[in-house]
Amino acid sequence: MEKLRYLPGVATLALDAEACVGCGTCALVCPHGAMGMHNGKARIADRDGCMECGACAQNCTTGAIRVTPGVGCAAYIIKKWIKGKKAACGEVNCC
Amino acid sequence: MHDGKCDADYASTVTVSEILPAVPQAISPETCCGPKPPPASSSNERPGYRLLPFVAGFIDTPAGPVPRVATALALADRIGAAAVRCGIGRNRCTIAPGLYAVGAASADSPVLVTANYKLTFDTLRRELAGVDAWVLVLDTRGVNVWCAAGKSLFSHDELALRVQRSGLERVVRHRRLILPQLAATGVSARQVKKKCGFEVVWGPVRARDIHDFLRNGMKADQAMRRVTFTFGERLVLVPVELSFLPKPTAVILAALFLMSGIGAGIFSVDAAWARGLSPAAAYAAGVLAGAVATPALLPWIPGRAFALKGALTGTAVGGLLIFLLRAGLHAAELSALLVLTAAVSSYLAMNFTGSTPFTSPSGVEKEMRRAIPLQAGALLVFVLAWVGSAFAA
Repeated sequence: MEKLRYLPGVATLALDAEACVGCGTCALVCPHGAMGMHNGKARIADRDGCMECGACAQNCTTGAIRVTPGVGCAAYIIKKWIKGKKAACGEVNCC
Repeated sequence: MHDGKCDADYASTVTVSEILPAVPQAISPETCCGPKPPPASSSNERPGYRLLPFVAGFIDTPAGPVPRVATALALADRIGAAAVRCGIGRNRCTIAPGLYAVGAASADSPVLVTANYKLTFDTLRRELAGVDAWVLVLDTRGVNVWCAAGKSLFSHDELALRVQRSGLERVVRHRRLILPQLAATGVSARQVKKKCGFEVVWGPVRARDIHDFLRNGMKADQAMRRVTFTFGERLVLVPVELSFLPKPTAVILAALFLMSGIGAGIFSVDAAWARGLSPAAAYAAGVLAGAVATPALLPWIPGRAFALKGALTGTAVGGLLIFLLRAGLHAAELSALLVLTAAVSSYLAMNFTGSTPFTSPSGVEKEMRRAIPLQAGALLVFVLAWVGSAFAA
């Protein structure tokens, strides 16, 4: 994956270090190593590696991680622009 | 009832059954016609159900019989998978949700949770040779694990429901579920514990690492936790990308041929055909560049935005095409064709974002806001240059 990098500086990933209890689940479930552990607390290790899948936030017990989750799919986004968010969901064949 | 009619009917049925000889159990060798009949029904068959070919038997559990599935894929599974990879039957490629078993699963065997997309289920069971385990299949409507998690189909609610319906707590003594890591997008481990009392263990990303994961005491190393997008993984997606194209292609080709017929004589069918072949070829080159070459060569094409990668690949392939067509066309026409190929390739490459495992929605939206006006502008330039050059000639 080191060779495949997407646009930098766009991910909505945010961590509230104060709220983190250091369980390590975010670092475990992240498929790109965007979340890591440092001195017993979570940290954003590679923000530009984040694809906003939302796995970390979904499994953060204290709500310390915020990210706007979604599917990075142009066909889906076009449908969303035309038909609105609800109508687009499930219609697209892409994934 | 009052006139004794029913009694009479009952009596007559009894009579009939007495008259008929008993049904012979074995087929007599003198059976007169047709080839040898297939074997007798298995005791596992039930009226209204079909026994699937990958079911090798059943394991009796306190929650009822659980189908034990084969870990080897049959030829039919492979042919079916190839068809689905080409977009045939892709939206109804499901297996029934519920509990399955592999090997000699017992009350202490691990429980692996997966999606009910048949390709996903096949990928998992193929990796379970020599393993004794339960496989809990969720109803993800035939969508793979990661995409189903993204759509909240592979969710803690569905998981808790399936645990209850399958009677899993009567089948296994432990209270642990192994989930594919990529399901974490849709499943909150804490919610699972709350809703059905089972603990979630995050398994590896890929089914092929399950063996090692189980052997290492349910620990995955970093390589097992990371998503990859290798040349092979990219290439296998190309047929599905192409399977989306026939309908728009028909419309586009019709437009290109019609456009090519416009000229000094208002419209000419001969010109539509003779001139139309070149933009049709330029469109085909755009498809080749955007939907085949760009996915295949992705890491080696410069740029981050897919629309840019596609435009570059389209320019390269389009350049080759106009070099081949250079003898019969003017410079303006050749430039128009190059622009068309680049624009088509750019658009298709941009659409490939949805098939990759690393593009963020924020990033895709950002590149689309820049790329779509440019792609539309390029298309306009092509139309003006192509139609215009017919009048100039």
